[in-house]
Amino acid sequence: MPVKTMRDAINEALHQAMAADDSVFVIGEDVAGCMGSNGKPGSVGGVFGVTTGIYDKFGPLRCVDTPISESAIVGAAAGAALVGMRPVAEIMFADFVGVCMDQLVNQMGKFRYMFGGKTTCPAVIRFAAGGGFSAAAQHSQSMYQVMTSFPGLKVVIPSNAYDAKGLMLQAIAEDDPVLFFEPKALYQESCEVPDEMYTIPFGKAAILREGDDCTVVAFGQMVGRAAAAIDALAEEGITCDLIDPRTSSPLDTATILESVEATGRLVVVDESPPRCGLTADIAGLAADRAFHALKGPIKQVCAPHSPTPFAPELEAAYLPSVEKIIAAIRGTMS
Amino acid sequence: MTLPRETLLRAYRQMKTIREFEERAHAEIMNGQIPGFTHLYTGQEANAVGVCEHLSDADTIISTHRGHGHCIAKGADVIGMMKELWGSSEGLCKGKGGSMHVADFERGILGANGIVAGGPPISVGSALAAKIRGNTNVAVSFSGDGSVNQGTCFEAMNLAVVLQVPAIFVIENNYYSEHTNISYAVGCDDLKARTEAFGFPVFVADGADFFAVYEAAGKAIEHARAGKGPAGVFAEQGRYHGHFVGDPQHYRGAGELDDLRKNHDCLKNFRARMQETGELASEELDAVDAEVMALIDRAVAEAKAAPRPTPEQVEQDVYITYGA
Ligand SMILES: Cc1ncc(C[n+]2csc(CCOP(=O)(O)OP(=O)(O)O)c2C)c(N)n1
Ligand SMILES: [Mg+2]
Repeated sequence: MPVKTMRDAINEALHQAMAADDSVFVIGEDVAGCMGSNGKPGSVGGVFGVTTGIYDKFGPLRCVDTPISESAIVGAAAGAALVGMRPVAEIMFADFVGVCMDQLVNQMGKFRYMFGGKTTCPAVIRFAAGGGFSAAAQHSQSMYQVMTSFPGLKVVIPSNAYDAKGLMLQAIAEDDPVLFFEPKALYQESCEVPDEMYTIPFGKAAILREGDDCTVVAFGQMVGRAAAAIDALAEEGITCDLIDPRTSSPLDTATILESVEATGRLVVVDESPPRCGLTADIAGLAADRAFHALKGPIKQVCAPHSPTPFAPELEAAYLPSVEKIIAAIRGTMS
Repeated sequence: MTLPRETLLRAYRQMKTIREFEERAHAEIMNGQIPGFTHLYTGQEANAVGVCEHLSDADTIISTHRGHGHCIAKGADVIGMMKELWGSSEGLCKGKGGSMHVADFERGILGANGIVAGGPPISVGSALAAKIRGNTNVAVSFSGDGSVNQGTCFEAMNLAVVLQVPAIFVIENNYYSEHTNISYAVGCDDLKARTEAFGFPVFVADGADFFAVYEAAGKAIEHARAGKGPAGVFAEQGRYHGHFVGDPQHYRGAGELDDLRKNHDCLKNFRARMQETGELASEELDAVDAEVMALIDRAVAEAKAAPRPTPEQVEQDVYITYGA
């Protein structure tokens, strides 16, 4: 099977979805690039390269380059979706949800409910999320934990290239609005990705390791670190389930609870700050629904309650590390 | 226009300091010395200096992701800035902010800003404070040609007119927002008219000419200080580098960068004018150059040797107080 990066896997999904369905289009800042300039339009393909080649293949009507206007981009995607198109909008850094929050939350996220189930809004909004680049407080946030709290929005956080392609094709097929958070630290990470189209259902977690002693749930960029921690402990005979929910909304509670019932221990890992975040959410789920099975304290491994610092050593201390995850697993075992 | 010798010398020194700061930052980034995303101001120096030469520490500026020039022009400590780029705990922001978030409140610098058009509304607040307090301070926001299409920019401009506050909107047109030309991103043909339609005057200048920017900014700031409400400055001048360091710059035409460096250089223009008028001798400017180079060398050396932040600093300065 061919090996592809997460960037290329998502790009391939976009190409294939657009070829298969005329109602799919992309919209966002520099998704083509070089518009109005002396350069060739389309030669950028998004600042992270995820929309590469789409302008050349599908032209300006379906590769819609925009000014810097995030509210209008999300609103335009929502409006086009209300009348039956399937837009995939790019908002570049996840931090910029701050600029377009109303269109995301009060508008597209609520149409169906407010309008009595009479409409659909099949828009996908893409973001590059997370830390690891010394990009400081306004370009490093994950934000998906915040967006997960809003009923009406579906939230996807792929952790590898294979899932990213299947989840993107599912996102485009979904009739509900979907926020798709691409961990930017993983764009260059690769794995085997089939050439053909396939979908991965929402609300279905991946079980990436199986073990007896502890359940580890991790999201996005942290899935790889959790796997490294688990593999290190396996050498000492400590074995863990590793669950990657892949979508935080809907959340595969059944798989998580089943695993916790079996292992009796839970460590939840995410790179966002702790308050009202995904680690607290899942810890709460287990405390509520699997308390009887717990043999040790639930441990949350996440960033501290602080913005993301700039200096590399501060950011390294800020983000959950393999060592911290190992310590948390040991902590719940002892 | 004739300016006092000290003003001329200081303006040249500031522009040269920005130029050398940026060129050295570029070299050090290429050497892998500076982490994060850095956007260089090289080429646009006269914009920042032409505006900030009218300002005192009591006036405020708010800057952008391309903020080094604004901060130096407003008097930020150059060594502290360089240390911040390196992420040192002795940097102006203790290594917490980096290139995109340089700030120096004692100099009236309300911070570089990583959100396009995040600044204009904030500068309206600073201008409103001046109005409430009854002083003649002004609040300048620098933002790029790409910022003018954000709702926050429109809202700030209208609010400043409604409230009649001394906000100065300096729009720096370097022709591109990332990889997109202004001719695509701004839908109308006349951005000046579109902006003036909010209800304030806009003064346009060639951003390669310190004297032109100084004059345009002078009119805008005089208008605002006189209590006549907000004003705008449009300065046109390309940037010499890519959007960020490492940008392949597919959007440039053949010879565009050569032409910029050759024919649109505020330092060359300044020297030519001094030669013409005889106001400053070229040896005086050479002496400034040497001092600036020494300062930048020192800044880099100190930044490299400066103490690094330690993990317990991550959670400091989130709040002032943390509850009981
Ligand atoms: C709200 C928001 N959207 C997008 C970006 C990404 N971005 C950073 S700089 C930039 C271009 C800004 O262009 P302009 O305002 O002309 O400033 P210049 O870079 O030319 O100085 C963009 C799109 C951002 N930082 N913030
Ligand atoms: Mg610009």
